[in-house]
Amino acid sequence: MKVNCLIIGAGISGVSIAYNLAKKGMKNIHVVDKGYFTSGATGRCGAGVRQQWASKRNCILTKKSMEFFERAKKELAYEGDLEFKQEGYLILAINEEEHKQFTKNVKLQNSLGIPSKQITKEEALKIVPHLNKDAFISATFCNTDGHLNPFKMTEAYYLAAKRLGVTFSFFEEVVEMKREGEKITNVTTTKNNYQTEIVVNAAGGYAHEVGMMAGVDIPVYAENHEILVTEPVEKMQGPMVISFAKNIYCQQVPHGSFIMGRSDPNVPKDHNIESSWQFLDEMSKTVADILPQVSKLRVIRQWGGSYNMSPDREPIISGTDEVVNFYMACGFSGHGFMIAPMTGLLLSELIMGEKTTLEMDSFHLKRFKDKDFVITEKSVV
Amino acid sequence: MNDDKIIICRCEDVTLKDIKDLLQQGYTNFEDLKRLLRVGMGACQGNTCGQLIQREIAKFLNKSIEEIPLQKVRPLISGVPLEKISEASKDES
Repeated sequence: MKVNCLIIGAGISGVSIAYNLAKKGMKNIHVVDKGYFTSGATGRCGAGVRQQWASKRNCILTKKSMEFFERAKKELAYEGDLEFKQEGYLILAINEEEHKQFTKNVKLQNSLGIPSKQITKEEALKIVPHLNKDAFISATFCNTDGHLNPFKMTEAYYLAAKRLGVTFSFFEEVVEMKREGEKITNVTTTKNNYQTEIVVNAAGGYAHEVGMMAGVDIPVYAENHEILVTEPVEKMQGPMVISFAKNIYCQQVPHGSFIMGRSDPNVPKDHNIESSWQFLDEMSKTVADILPQVSKLRVIRQWGGSYNMSPDREPIISGTDEVVNFYMACGFSGHGFMIAPMTGLLLSELIMGEKTTLEMDSFHLKRFKDKDFVITEKSVV
Repeated sequence: MNDDKIIICRCEDVTLKDIKDLLQQGYTNFEDLKRLLRVGMGACQGNTCGQLIQREIAKFLNKSIEEIPLQKVRPLISGVPLEKISEASKDES
């Protein structure tokens, strides 16, 4: 089969790239995915969208993405409900060190037009009255942060891309790529062989493996992050509550259930996505500490999903010097869902040879060659 | 009875019509339906709707019911209050 562009991965990044390319007029785009619809990281994510970060890159990406989410239903002509809500993210400072860091973060965020603010404990308790007042010292709040249903958001892009002529196949795994000099010429899957001009790696947790097939060693790896959901109840909490120091994010989604997760600092680098009782234990203790009322709810399901980690915990959206027709959108380190609109826009501009909305060098794979890159983003669970 | 009056998933109030509409749109495996309709995501974990949906998919694809995979079963088997778990794990340590 002959295509202009083969996108590997039909998660939120893949469908956003496909939609943006098709919108710019590219024809004959095909997307393959090794599983079912949203079977990878997108369908397993925490479903939050926020703009409060410590790094400038993340602030800009998420702010511009939020502007898209606000008009997504209309732009993508989606008939369903995206379950979009903007009731903020409340980020708790647990100690003086965090409080000082958050002062800096808010200053940076405000300078980029993000309406976050640092607030006192009393103000935070007005926003979320059932917070344990002894568990934190202050907070930051951004009222335009919020939530979106990842399945619906992905479907909205998917259907819009299909209407623009993009084709998709699921349960089809890439097994081999053939290179001639600096170009990939053929991609073989479990079901087909594609002759293609351009290859895009949007493989999420498997981005490293797909890179290796193209002969590009991308320094990303997968790690399991677990999460759980409670029974649905009447609305009791507007914003997502996060603490980096206590290691928790917890939000009530419009459906009524609470979604919460935390990270395991000792998690191995692999593709395991199983659920563990250790997570359930730690999660229940953390939520009992911070949100005692929420811990009265019944947990009905837990699951895991892969973060695709990059060395500086920020995304790689770039082409490569070694293989001229190979592009990648990976290394999102747990935040690919909330910046997908920008991922699609930036990578499509790069592929079409247009002037890019942002300066792209800082997103390039080659930043890791210097070895002296810094990890500025510490606002991560 | 009309398909929109027949409840398939009691946890999430999903009707037979909802299922058939998505099958028509090309979402023909349980995991797709689960993600778009929340069937199997409720308190019963698909114990009620699972086989009913399996049968509808089989009928639609003209396959036998054994050929249609059920949804992934996740812990917990039944709902448990979070505080019961945190209290119990305190006792152990």
